[in-house]
Amino acid sequence: MSDVVEKTLTALPGLLLSLDSQPGAAKLCATSRLGSLVRSITELTSKNVGEEMAEPPAGPLFHTEKPCHVRAIYCEMLGYEASFSYIHAIKLAQQGSVLEKRVGYLAVSLFLHESHDLLLLLVNTVLKDLQSTNLIEVCMALTVVSQIFPKDMIPAVLPLVEDKLTHSKEIIRRKAVLALYKFYLIAPNQVQHIHDKFRKALCDKDPGVMTASLHIYLKLIKESPESYKDLTDSFVTILKQVVGGKLPVDFNYHSVPAPWLQMQLLRILALLGKEDQRTSEMMYEVLDESLRRAEINHNITYAILYECLKTIYTIHPKSELLEKAAKCIGKFVLSPKINLKYLGLKALTYVVQQDPNLALQHQMTIIECLDHSDPIIKRETLELLYRITNGQNVSVIVEKMLDFLRLSKDEYTTIDLVGKVAELAEKYPFPYNSWFIQTMNAIFSIGGDVMQPDIPNNFLRLLAEGFDSDEEDRQLRLLAVDSYLSLLECDTSGLPQRFLQVISWVLGEFSFLKEGLEPADVVERLGKLLDDDAITTETRCWVLAAMSKLCGSSDALCKAEKVAHKYTSCLDTALRQQAVELELLGRDVDLRTRVLPQHVIGFCVWLQVDSSLSFLDGFVSDALARGAAPYKPPHQRQEELSQEKILNFEPYGLSLPVSLSACSLTDRQSPTALSLSSSLSGNSADPPLKAGSNLLKLEGVKRVWGKQGYLPEKQATEEALAQEPSSIFAPSHQQACSESQQTTFSTIVEQDQEKRQLASSLFVGLGSQNAPCLVRTVSQMSVKPTQKRSKTTSIHLTSAFAQNLSDSTSEAVPAVGNTEVVEASEVSSLSGGSGPLAQPSSQVERGLESDLPSRLPATLVGLLRSDVEELCSGESLSLSACKVFDADALVLAIFLSNISDSSIQEVSCLISSEQLKVPEMCSTFSVLSFYLNGLNPQLEGSVSCASQATQSFSLTLSLVDFIRPLPLTTEEYGKMWLSFSHDVKQNLMLLKHEEEDQLEAALTALKEKLCLHIVDVIGAEGIMACQLVSGRPCLLHCHTHGGMLAIWLRSPIADLPDCLLYHCQKAIQER
Amino acid sequence: MIKAILIFNNHGKPRLIRFYQYFAEDMQQQIIRETFHLVSKRDDNVCNFLEGGSLIGGSDYKLIYRHYATLYFVFCVDSSESELGILDLIQVFVETLDKCFENVCELDLIFHMDKVHYILQEVVMGGMVLETNMNEIVAQVELQNRMEKSEFVFISRM
Repeated sequence: MSDVVEKTLTALPGLLLSLDSQPGAAKLCATSRLGSLVRSITELTSKNVGEEMAEPPAGPLFHTEKPCHVRAIYCEMLGYEASFSYIHAIKLAQQGSVLEKRVGYLAVSLFLHESHDLLLLLVNTVLKDLQSTNLIEVCMALTVVSQIFPKDMIPAVLPLVEDKLTHSKEIIRRKAVLALYKFYLIAPNQVQHIHDKFRKALCDKDPGVMTASLHIYLKLIKESPESYKDLTDSFVTILKQVVGGKLPVDFNYHSVPAPWLQMQLLRILALLGKEDQRTSEMMYEVLDESLRRAEINHNITYAILYECLKTIYTIHPKSELLEKAAKCIGKFVLSPKINLKYLGLKALTYVVQQDPNLALQHQMTIIECLDHSDPIIKRETLELLYRITNGQNVSVIVEKMLDFLRLSKDEYTTIDLVGKVAELAEKYPFPYNSWFIQTMNAIFSIGGDVMQPDIPNNFLRLLAEGFDSDEEDRQLRLLAVDSYLSLLECDTSGLPQRFLQVISWVLGEFSFLKEGLEPADVVERLGKLLDDDAITTETRCWVLAAMSKLCGSSDALCKAEKVAHKYTSCLDTALRQQAVELELLGRDVDLRTRVLPQHVIGFCVWLQVDSSLSFLDGFVSDALARGAAPYKPPHQRQEELSQEKILNFEPYGLSLPVSLSACSLTDRQSPTALSLSSSLSGNSADPPLKAGSNLLKLEGVKRVWGKQGYLPEKQATEEALAQEPSSIFAPSHQQACSESQQTTFSTIVEQDQEKRQLASSLFVGLGSQNAPCLVRTVSQMSVKPTQKRSKTTSIHLTSAFAQNLSDSTSEAVPAVGNTEVVEASEVSSLSGGSGPLAQPSSQVERGLESDLPSRLPATLVGLLRSDVEELCSGESLSLSACKVFDADALVLAIFLSNISDSSIQEVSCLISSEQLKVPEMCSTFSVLSFYLNGLNPQLEGSVSCASQATQSFSLTLSLVDFIRPLPLTTEEYGKMWLSFSHDVKQNLMLLKHEEEDQLEAALTALKEKLCLHIVDVIGAEGIMACQLVSGRPCLLHCHTHGGMLAIWLRSPIADLPDCLLYHCQKAIQER
Repeated sequence: MIKAILIFNNHGKPRLIRFYQYFAEDMQQQIIRETFHLVSKRDDNVCNFLEGGSLIGGSDYKLIYRHYATLYFVFCVDSSESELGILDLIQVFVETLDKCFENVCELDLIFHMDKVHYILQEVVMGGMVLETNMNEIVAQVELQNRMEKSEFVFISRM
């Protein structure tokens, strides 16, 4: 058959060309023969047509252009390229009659794709047809537009398509809406201005157009549900009408009114109602109605039902509906129809996290499904089991999964499931060491070389870094060694490469744990592995590396050297290096004893890695001294490049960002005489240099490994707290509680929902990952003496308050109350501590002021801080805050005090900021950009407790809060001054003429108000330096003459000087 | 969104393919082959959904298919589509074909591939479901056919 097609292909171009050469004649001839073509094709049906079709038919039959294209399409479908006909298809679309056009367009839309060059030739045709009065032509043009038009051609057709939204025919409007949706998908920015028109389409009198517009809304709402909450009402109304059968009967499908429309609406409602109680409440009624209506036993009603279930479980829960939904899920799961069963399992998987009981109800069905003949059902069941795994059932579930994996051939399934099994095994390895090793072995042998590489890596790391107890670690390792030794005794040829690598690493590292095992034995067994030709060079490297680790004894060494010798002349460099290293190790005894100390458990434990790269500091400062530009992270480079207005390098922008920004910095004396070549050669070779701070930027890096090894979810307690926030933002930020020993801090790593409940009595610390909503801390503190103040439980309480009442200025006496210390480091991460801290005071402000230092966490005590400011106070609660200026963060200490004379319960404090949406990487930038917009970001929050209604407060942050002194020497200052690109100069009036040393006074004022560091004062000039918390510097140069202070600021960040100048001005005036 | 619509026969010979997301020619063929491989080994009494083809879009991708006599109708969709909804859409599509061709069979798909495409264009546009009402689809297609006929008559009179 393929031969035949090939022949056709060779024949086609000739035919097409001959046609072109005499267009007039061909046209006539083509059209008149069309009938006979159709007839002959109909006749052909009786013969063996598959073959005939692709065969070049005899004579004139083929001489019409239209069937030619149909055949070209056919050839392409079969996988034979017919690119010669593309241009003819475009021509046909352009010049043919309507019916030829139709073929032309069809061929074009099938042949071409978004980035095809020939597409340009089509634009005019499409434009013409969009303006045509012929309905069919417009339809064809719209279809082709939605199918293949790329981003850069959209502006050409957009106005015309937009016009079609008001076309009188509904089919045109509908297609136009879909075309616009397609545009929105490709280039959202270009259709921004027609969002109003989408609304009009939603309100179109024709339900078809409205249905089409729902595609757009689904997408829009998925992206930002907040902005479309106002439409909830409309969607609910529409759905109500549809469900109520208000649509014409035409829209019924198997007597269900517009089922696809219903599904779309339900999906939209789910998005809108997610985590929004108010919106959800609007839809309960209609959802209930939908559930009730969907009773007819037909596929499509189940389709609606399924969407309905999903919606009910996504939106804010309502118990009645949930009950009904649970019943419906039962209908699915118990259905004899296999499709429904599948969906039932899917629904269960979706729901089971919220309601594990549901899985219990159907456990028998689930067990049945496990042995179902359909592998898809089986997999879905495993997925469900995976979700309900816990410490008790893990071994059973993993066993089931492995059983399935052994039978499955599908690569995708294998990768996916192996990952899940590994995750489970790592999550629950603790009670069953041997089980863990066995499971991992099974994973390695089944997953083979297709599984994710991080599975073996994690496993090795787990082994190396160990868990809590040394004894357990030792056992685990010993078990691994044992099992691998026995594996090596059997035939190893079938084992995947990754598994062999794991085996050799473990044996190399831990085989000494097994008593009575000679290293020489292990070396020999490992050596046998190398005999197999099938193993890759990478694995050989691993084996050799393991051998080098075992070279402690001379016996083993001897054997290892023998093996290694073979590879010293190997072509693969990595392998050869490994072998040569081993040989060298053998020769040099000193080196060996130094590198291979006997019996040290876990190499990596004492291997110290300097992750801050501080050993490069000397190199960096040398380079800086030689005039190299300070290092900038890529995003900053990009940003500066985009602000570069001197020359527009747009087309080359992508390839030259580094050199351009660098050259604009260093050559700024002559910005116009920009020499590209010199700056390229001069700067592009520079290693990445770091500016200012030596801190490693760890923002956004998820912390998975702690000092004690892998931080599994369960360790999300104290340990994580100490490390999580501090590693992300402020290294010096150890949380400590000053007042009471019993205070326990804990944090919840936000990704884990289950743990939330476990630790709900403690407090929530959100890392930067949750940035969009800056902070949402809800900590519920239960005060020990609950409900009633009984004398027995709170004697000290009453006494404390008694004392308070009598002597309000006395020192704070511990009593029952609550203090919450919430700290915001760099305003983007907020972690808090809570606990039964005592905080009684009837005179809040005075009390706080006087004993503040004792109440702040120990780490914050010595630091500069602002005055305590009362944010709000009610009958029983008072909230005040002070800003503490830590070296690398702005810490917000919030004091919550009980000013009533009874205990308070259920205190919750919520802090957020709408304005501060902090991107993960650069918090300072966003802070800065606020000041540039003339806005000071506000933190807003509310506090409530059982006995007091919610009170809201707000706190404004200012740029000054983020400025820290930058200690520099005059020399360093000089160097930095030259390298900064953005500067501002201004003269300020000094009001107090009478002063003798005006400069001195001005500088002191600046220093006090703005935390600047005075570098040096020389005569009438003074220089100062400061930095933003993130380490971005700004330098000031002040000069007095005749009652004026000339300030000159320079910084690597655009606009920082401007903003700072404003504050300097204020500081001088307020002096 | 619908990513692709594939129709092939019991031997894996493609009868109609329509991709709504661009794939290179050889990739398309590979997808067809893999899809056929996945679908063909399934019995008729198992479910009509498949997950886990790794070619289009990975995990966010499922196959929904129906088997009619000699033909497989396979829709490759992403996770936003409803399984049962698409299953019925296939039914609508096939019923429409049946109505247009009067007892549709594999040969109709071969000989009137263009017409099948036109019908499909009225059902799915650019990956989105455009129309699900069979009568409406037939009406649209017939409108076009009528025009074709009138034009044909017009030209042959010339």
